[in-house]
Parts: sequence; structure tokens; C-alpha cells
Amino acid sequence: MALDNATVLGRLRAALPEAILGSTEFRGDLSVYVRPEHIVDVARFLRDDPELQFNFLENLCGVDYLGREPRFEVVYHLLSFTNRSRICLKVGVDEHNPSVPSLTGLWPGANYHERETFDMFGIIFTGHPCLERILMPEDWEGHPLRKDVPLGAEEVAFTFNQDRIYAHKPFAKE
Amino acid sequence: MGIEQKAGDMGIVTASLEQLVNWSRSSAMWPLLFGLACCAIEMMGAQGANYDLSRFGMEINRASPRQADLMIVAGRVSRKMAPVVRRLYDQMADPKWVIAMGDCAACGGVFNNYAIVQGVDEIVPVDVYVAGCPPRPEALIDGIIHLHEKVKRMRLNGELREPVRLS
Repeated sequence: MALDNATVLGRLRAALPEAILGSTEFRGDLSVYVRPEHIVDVARFLRDDPELQFNFLENLCGVDYLGREPRFEVVYHLLSFTNRSRICLKVGVDEHNPSVPSLTGLWPGANYHERETFDMFGIIFTGHPCLERILMPEDWEGHPLRKDVPLGAEEVAFTFNQDRIYAHKPFAKE
Repeated sequence: MGIEQKAGDMGIVTASLEQLVNWSRSSAMWPLLFGLACCAIEMMGAQGANYDLSRFGMEINRASPRQADLMIVAGRVSRKMAPVVRRLYDQMADPKWVIAMGDCAACGGVFNNYAIVQGVDEIVPVDVYVAGCPPRPEALIDGIIHLHEKVKRMRLNGELREPVRLS
């Protein structure tokens, strides 16, 4: 039987009252805002609680809300196969100290997701075994999915400006 | 011309060495087995039975760059893929040619962003650009025939003769 959102939230609040900042519900999907320092505790409770059993980390990603405080957010989606239920955990991350505890100790599958989030947003996952770039080349500077990175990479050449652009374009030699 | 009339029909054809070399190079040009994105599907279509690239001596795709003459860059090249493409090109034996197939390989196409190389000519020297997103197999075959015409104009020292108008 599918789990009721109120039951999930009630058990979570009862077990870890200091970790929960708030919660929202949209069309039956529960989102819980968690303090960054408590994310491992919350995830472990949701995974190991015999009634909840959110034992599958579906997805982990970053979001950049430029101009908002805190600027970044890390979003975790957990699934309970037993209860046919989902929960979304959200953690706000500060711009100047963008670090969150890693979930690789709970789910080894979080490894690549956290590397991608680090690569795209520059969020540091403390305790991660090998936090390196995964998609971008090693020598790429910056983090491309941050909102302050320009969208277009290069100026597009048309007939009216191609002479100027091709003059300094690095064409390959033999 | 000349010796045929004097010597009669002895099964001998005379030609310049340059023509012979260029004929053999352009009639059995082996592409590298190498596809990066959706353009590769059209490239496979061109090699399949309907369009039959083997009419031009190109039915055999070599999986090793050491045995390939032609690199068809079919698809977008990401910045992380760029050193790999260049390395494959460097491993091909001379003489070698490159076709940039599709808009992405030619100029970046719709992907003007941080991840995609804006034209594969930043990495390898391109001989023929084929436009289209993706180009139809006819367009690719047209580009290949243009490349064959270019190869037939090559001198033995690698220079190009004056272009010949395709009728």
C-alpha cells in the first residue's frame, strides 16, 4: 500500500526534529528541506526505517538560483519500492562555502551523481572518495551550469562578420 | 596515346603514374568506422543496400585508423572528445582525407555552447563540408564524389591542380 505523505513527514519530524527546515507538497509529491549538516542522518533514517524503506537513491542533482540566498540547492529523490512512494530532499548550499556531506557512504551509486554535480556547479561533497570532473575536460575552467556562465560559447559566423571571425579562429593544421 | 596504335591490341593501357595513383586512391577509399551522433545513422544508411556506397569502392569500413583513408566526422564533437578525434586522425596513414558531415561537425550547428567544438576544422583539416541536419545519404554521397574529384586532381607531390567543373 502506498505510503501517506503525512505519515512520512510525521515519522521524519519525530525522529530528527532539528534537521527539518520545512516541507512542501505539490500534486501529491512531498519535498522536505533539510539542513546541510543533517542530510546524511535524514537519508540514513529514511533508508533504514523498517516502515519507510526509502532504499533507492533515484537521482541527485544541483540547482543554481542565482540571486537567492542560499544560492545553490542539491536535490535528492528517494524511492521506496516496498511502499511505492517517493520523497524529495532539498538542501540549500551557500555560495561562498558550497559544501554538502556526501551520500556515497549510504549509496555507492551517489558517486557519479555527486561528481557530475561538482563538475557542473562546483558544489563540494565532503567525504566523497574521488571528487573529480566527470563530463568536462580536466583543463576546463569554471562550472558550466552556473547561471553566471555565458550561454553562447562563440560568436556565430555569418556573411557580414565571417572575415573578422575566421581571421582569429584556430583552424587545425596538418 | 601513341603506343596503343603502334603496338596493336596487346591488353596494355598506358597512363601517367599520377593518374594511376589517383585512380586507385579514389576508387578504393576506405572510411574509418567512426560515428559520433545522429549523422552516423545517415552514414550507415548511405552504406546500406538502398544507397549502396560500395558502388564507389567504399563499402568497407575499417575499425582501425591505421587501415583507413577517410575520416567522416559524422556528428557533434564535444570538447572532451576533441583530443580523441585528433588522435585518431594522427594515427591514420598518409594520404588521408576528412569529411565534416552535417552542421555540427562543420560549424557547431545548433549547439553553440560550452560543450561542443564549433566546427571540427579547429581540430583536423577538413577537405569537404556536407551541410544538413542530418544530411541525407544522397548529400553525403555527393560530398564523397566531390572528394573523389579532388583526389583525382592531386599531383604526386601533394599539390592540387586547378579545379575541374563538375558537369
